[in-house]
Amino acid sequence: MAQHQVNYLKDGGLPVALTTIDKVVNWGRSNSLWALTYGLACCGIEMMASGASRYDFDRFGTIFRASPRQAELMIVAGTLTKKHAEFIRRLYDQMTEPKWVISMGSCANTGGMFNTYATVQGVDRVIPVDLYLPGCAPRPETLQYAVMLLQQKIRKESANKSQKPKRLM
Amino acid sequence: MRAYTPKDDVQKKPYYTDRYWVAPQVAKSDVSEDAVFAADLEAIKAKFEVLDAYIQVEQMVVVIHAADNFSVLEMLKNELEYTQLSELSAIDWLAQEGKFEIFYQMLSMSKRKRLRVKCKIGEKESIQSVEKLFRSADWSEREMYDMFGVVINNHPFMKRILMPDDWEGFPLRKTYPLQGDEFAQWYEVDKIFGKEAREIIGPENRDPARVDRYDTERFARLGHEVPRGADISQGEPDTPLVYQEEGGVFMIDKFDAEKSVVISDRDR
Repeated sequence: MAQHQVNYLKDGGLPVALTTIDKVVNWGRSNSLWALTYGLACCGIEMMASGASRYDFDRFGTIFRASPRQAELMIVAGTLTKKHAEFIRRLYDQMTEPKWVISMGSCANTGGMFNTYATVQGVDRVIPVDLYLPGCAPRPETLQYAVMLLQQKIRKESANKSQKPKRLM
Repeated sequence: MRAYTPKDDVQKKPYYTDRYWVAPQVAKSDVSEDAVFAADLEAIKAKFEVLDAYIQVEQMVVVIHAADNFSVLEMLKNELEYTQLSELSAIDWLAQEGKFEIFYQMLSMSKRKRLRVKCKIGEKESIQSVEKLFRSADWSEREMYDMFGVVINNHPFMKRILMPDDWEGFPLRKTYPLQGDEFAQWYEVDKIFGKEAREIIGPENRDPARVDRYDTERFARLGHEVPRGADISQGEPDTPLVYQEEGGVFMIDKFDAEKSVVISDRDR
């Protein structure tokens, strides 16, 4: 005669998972990073390649959105000109909290080889940056790694509402 | 007697200049060598004053008065079959002669010839727009205004095309610094945050290889790691920066693992 016996304390027998609010919220946030399409130059091509089928950003939950109001990640991919600086700031301000920024490639990090009057010498002069991604241009694998690092960073953060938004000044 | 030139720092400052050196020039030939161009030049000369004309790299160059630019191009287009204006811009000769040289590069598909019309205007002078003849002149003339500050008369939309509308200065002039004047260097900060934010944000870092050896937040020290954010401004032995091209370090030493200080977790 078969004896039905479940050990509720072993092998996940108890249909209950214990965790913290922080972990659950950050699990959700880090695995559904919706990125704003922000290709400014040749890094934009690599960013598009990362989103396309071969590298497939969708499996990280990173889906490109064309509206800043639906995005929480801004990948600044390319050279930021001084003419465009006010627009990147306006789009960043339109994104809802919490929001993160990846500065992709040498031009976005430091102005890169464009040491001229018309290029912003690093997007961190305009918006706060979470992660600097070196390369000219970085390969899609590198951008994937950057997104994974950002996920780790988000999982370490506190999900508390009272957390202050990042400020440049 | 020859003037004395000090020769004690010859290695640093070359004092020798070749008196007979002449800047290389593209060879010019006479217009009469090409029958098509000679006929064109005669037609232009019949109506307008031609200051200079020659053939350079199989293209005729005609120098005219700046006041004639519209009527000369009108004649070239309607009578002499130069139906395309392929390029138009200015050259800054302000330092040499106080003038801009404006050139119009013309193409005749039927004659298979290219012709360049040149004229010179002063810094404060303006020139007539040729946008009514060639639509391609629209953006070229706007770019000429944007980059050189050459004012165009009778242009339908005289506005900057590349730089922002509130930009000051004309970037392609020889006197404009490559890394921008003060207005350009603070442009985005002034516009977004206001002038009072200049001190907080700080000047642009124009040296991409700059490493602040006392900044332990953003730079990890090689060979002797310290915790992130540690203040090392006091009592640190100075490591002189030497470059190979200045006769500095010749061989680069590998880090000795036993002598190096390595911290497993910099973020602690």
